Amino acid sequence: MAAIIEIKDLSFSYPDGKRALSGINLTVYSDEKIALIGANGAGKSTLFLHLNGLLNGEGQISVKSLPLIKKNLAQIRAVVGVVFQNPDDQLFSPTVFEDVAYGPLYQGLDQQTIRTRVERALCDVGLSGFSQRNPYHLSNGEKKRVAIASVLSMQPQILVLDEPTAGLDPRARRELIALLSELPQTMLIATHDLELARQLTPRTVLMNAGSIIADGSTDQILEDKSLLLEYGLL
Amino acid sequence: MQDFYRQQASPIHKLDARVKLILALAFIFFLNLTPDGAWPALIIFLTVSFSIAIISHLGIIFVLKRSLIALPFFLAAFPLIFSGKSPHLPLQILPNLTIFYSPAGLQRFITIALKAWISVQAAILLTATTRFTDILTALQQMKLPRLWVTVIGLMWRYLFVISDEVTRMLHARSSRSAAAPGKAKGAGTLFWRARVTGNMAGSLFVRSIERSERVYTAMLARGYDGQLPASSTVPLTNRARLVIATGLLGLLLLWLFSLLSTS
Repeated sequence: MAAIIEIKDLSFSYPDGKRALSGINLTVYSDEKIALIGANGAGKSTLFLHLNGLLNGEGQISVKSLPLIKKNLAQIRAVVGVVFQNPDDQLFSPTVFEDVAYGPLYQGLDQQTIRTRVERALCDVGLSGFSQRNPYHLSNGEKKRVAIASVLSMQPQILVLDEPTAGLDPRARRELIALLSELPQTMLIATHDLELARQLTPRTVLMNAGSIIADGSTDQILEDKSLLLEYGLL
Repeated sequence: MQDFYRQQASPIHKLDARVKLILALAFIFFLNLTPDGAWPALIIFLTVSFSIAIISHLGIIFVLKRSLIALPFFLAAFPLIFSGKSPHLPLQILPNLTIFYSPAGLQRFITIALKAWISVQAAILLTATTRFTDILTALQQMKLPRLWVTVIGLMWRYLFVISDEVTRMLHARSSRSAAAPGKAKGAGTLFWRARVTGNMAGSLFVRSIERSERVYTAMLARGYDGQLPASSTVPLTNRARLVIATGLLGLLLLWLFSLLSTS
């Protein structure tokens, strides 16, 4: 398997001096599905914001062997699709169609391709026929799916999801997990939902206070109750 | 977005918020009553501002950097150079281009620019040396209607929440602003990009309104009846009164001086 994301010795502090990441080393291989678990404030979201250059810490990151520098940002953002925790932050258009079409439109694709991509993405998340709805008036679970579709329409190779099941009712959560398990992309999922990790991701990375504490098979890590208890996951 | 307050152990930081608020307002008031072209007085006003910057350990550089926010005011006064009182004198810019400017207008422009710049410095010094909650308490103690103080306080509190929201929305948009494979940059017309930005502003507006309704419901749930409890008023110390009196007297003298020193 080829490495698709390589992070070497990544550290980051917020402008107010709060240290958010220190010495992160992580390699993600093609087609892997990885859960990133850790208590609130462990640095999961901060790490995600580095994967497509929204934040710039010290250290090296490369995506598909492209170093993450300003010159490559536009290409890397086409490869790494980030689905944010709060769909309202991501959905800003009056219709679902326009939101899902934002990425392809920005890429300057032709009208026909855009339409096909949007239909395909909405179909993938099970929302065909929603294209003229206002995203603001959808249910939470539907908003989540539109947010995922708005990233899928860019056909990224890597999907980065920040707490995809947070705030969903049991059925919406179950359906979302089923959806994610069908998508072929390499996945990095930040979550508190250990059950999701068990069902979806063979590999788990445990973070605490900006560092990686454990990185291994999901079964092994979830087996270790004292470890989970120590880092606030049980 | 960052808080304006800068923690330092300086005599200015330790002053009662009411003293600083009254003197800052009086400073801005007298500064703006200064007539056009009273250069010596304006220089003294600037010196006072710089001195406070040094005494409060903030430093002149810090104040200068933040005071760049006054630049738009300069722009607003700029036309005065050409539309000011007669006479208008010719000014040759290029061999075949001559424009007419009014010296009186130019003097007025420089005065307004200086006043705006120094007033902003006073506001920066006040907010950098006084916690915002202390300013609010001071406003309340100075008998400003409680509703106003509440509105200002809530606005301050939620400004940060909304600015975080803006940051997250911009992150989400940047994440999807990618180049097609094989292309160096993104596409999309300027009109379309402007429309997307407009949509973002609109959705932020709707969300802010809904948030305000939730906040209000939560306030009602905790017994809010339109009146916030009054904060206890501690009388000013004699020393604080002395500082206010001296400061006001100094400002008054400086203003009288400016009236005399106008050419």
